[in-house]
Amino acid sequence: MEIILSIVLIFMIIGALFALHARDLLSALISCGIVGYGLVICFLLLKAPDLAIVQIVVETITLIIMIAVVLDSTRHELEKTAIEKKWKSLINSKALINVLITVIIGIVLLYSFRLAITHLNPFGEHILRMSEAYLYGGADKTGSANLVTGVLFDFRGYDTFGEATILFTAAIGVLTILRIKGRK
Amino acid sequence: MTLFILCFVLFLVGLYGVLTRKNIIKIFIGLSFMEFSTFLFLVLIGYIEGGIAPIISKNITNPVYVDPLPQAMVLTAIVISLAANAMLLAIAVKIYKKYGTFDIRKISNLKG
Amino acid sequence: MKGMSSIVKKITQLLSGMIFLYGIYIITHGHLTPGGGFAGGAIIAASLIILVLAFGGDELTVVKRKEGSSVTESLAILAFLLFASFALIIGTNIFFHNYLPEGIIGNLVSAGVIPLYNILVGIEVAAALFTIILAFIIYKEEISK
Repeated sequence: MEIILSIVLIFMIIGALFALHARDLLSALISCGIVGYGLVICFLLLKAPDLAIVQIVVETITLIIMIAVVLDSTRHELEKTAIEKKWKSLINSKALINVLITVIIGIVLLYSFRLAITHLNPFGEHILRMSEAYLYGGADKTGSANLVTGVLFDFRGYDTFGEATILFTAAIGVLTILRIKGRK
Repeated sequence: MTLFILCFVLFLVGLYGVLTRKNIIKIFIGLSFMEFSTFLFLVLIGYIEGGIAPIISKNITNPVYVDPLPQAMVLTAIVISLAANAMLLAIAVKIYKKYGTFDIRKISNLKG
Repeated sequence: MKGMSSIVKKITQLLSGMIFLYGIYIITHGHLTPGGGFAGGAIIAASLIILVLAFGGDELTVVKRKEGSSVTESLAILAFLLFASFALIIGTNIFFHNYLPEGIIGNLVSAGVIPLYNILVGIEVAAALFTIILAFIIYKEEISK
């Protein structure tokens, strides 16, 4: 189990690196799709079918919107301009400081990640603390066979309501930003 | 342990993209990589070896379910990230109309 | 916005209804099987989006569709709030209280108000995603003129 997930994750990391370095924006978006659909496979292997269904549809719709944005524009990345080259020479003179800053930030990030990991249970040996009540009493209290839906709409209804409000606000925001002609 | 570290590497790849790329669309792609790694990390925490999906069924005796709480949290987070991505793309379209490019080196009117 | 070729139009006509039905199935069985309001709503939005992308239509019809979906979205989220606050009057004084009888676990009509919440959230998500896509299409139309 762990080996298969690791292989999928390494594949996703390679796809992510390619997406960030592609010259054409369209191929970058398609490589972004590698990562999104790889995430769907991970969710299926981790026994989360609800998340897999949502992620596969949301990824498709996001790709449609992104391709609609990119398709009619200048897709190729620009060459480095003269100002950029001047900056580059300036940066080269300070290369030592930059490398030092990068190494220090990397060490700090790794150390804090290590601190966060040590208090977790190892993979696959999760101990239920909070969700024991949801698992063994939730079905009788809500009457819903799917426990994720029971948690989502009954125990944590406020969260769901806030999320629906955020989606509503996003739709209103997109309508407002993209309006050209004002209403008469 | 290796899975957590690989998840962290995916997060770092997204952070690298956000910090170094010059194209707005690529910055959005890096942001979405960071979101993906966070979702995967939360679901990885709740997995139990040999568990089944959290759907009650009468036929199974002594079932072991995986944790439903991180799954419900991530379900809300996925839809919120979709809404945020739509807003960011609308702003990117507006920027393209005003400046004619996605390159942030050209969009430097705020420089003093 | 221009439509696509007649082959694409015919295939879209055949497929779109089935995708819509699948979305309705996912929503209504959300408390029994994997899925629920969010997944089903996104699937319904996808079935509407492929219709718009394949058939196109002039600007006026697209604007009219956008008005309709925007109103639907607002009404759905208002109904969600009303259902939630209805518990304050009928049941005990708890917001989001499950005031309908639970029924037998595994039946289609069970779990109190959860199926109703699922349906309302499904309508809201479908209308919101459809509105976002239509806003992008209208913007591109107005830019290209």
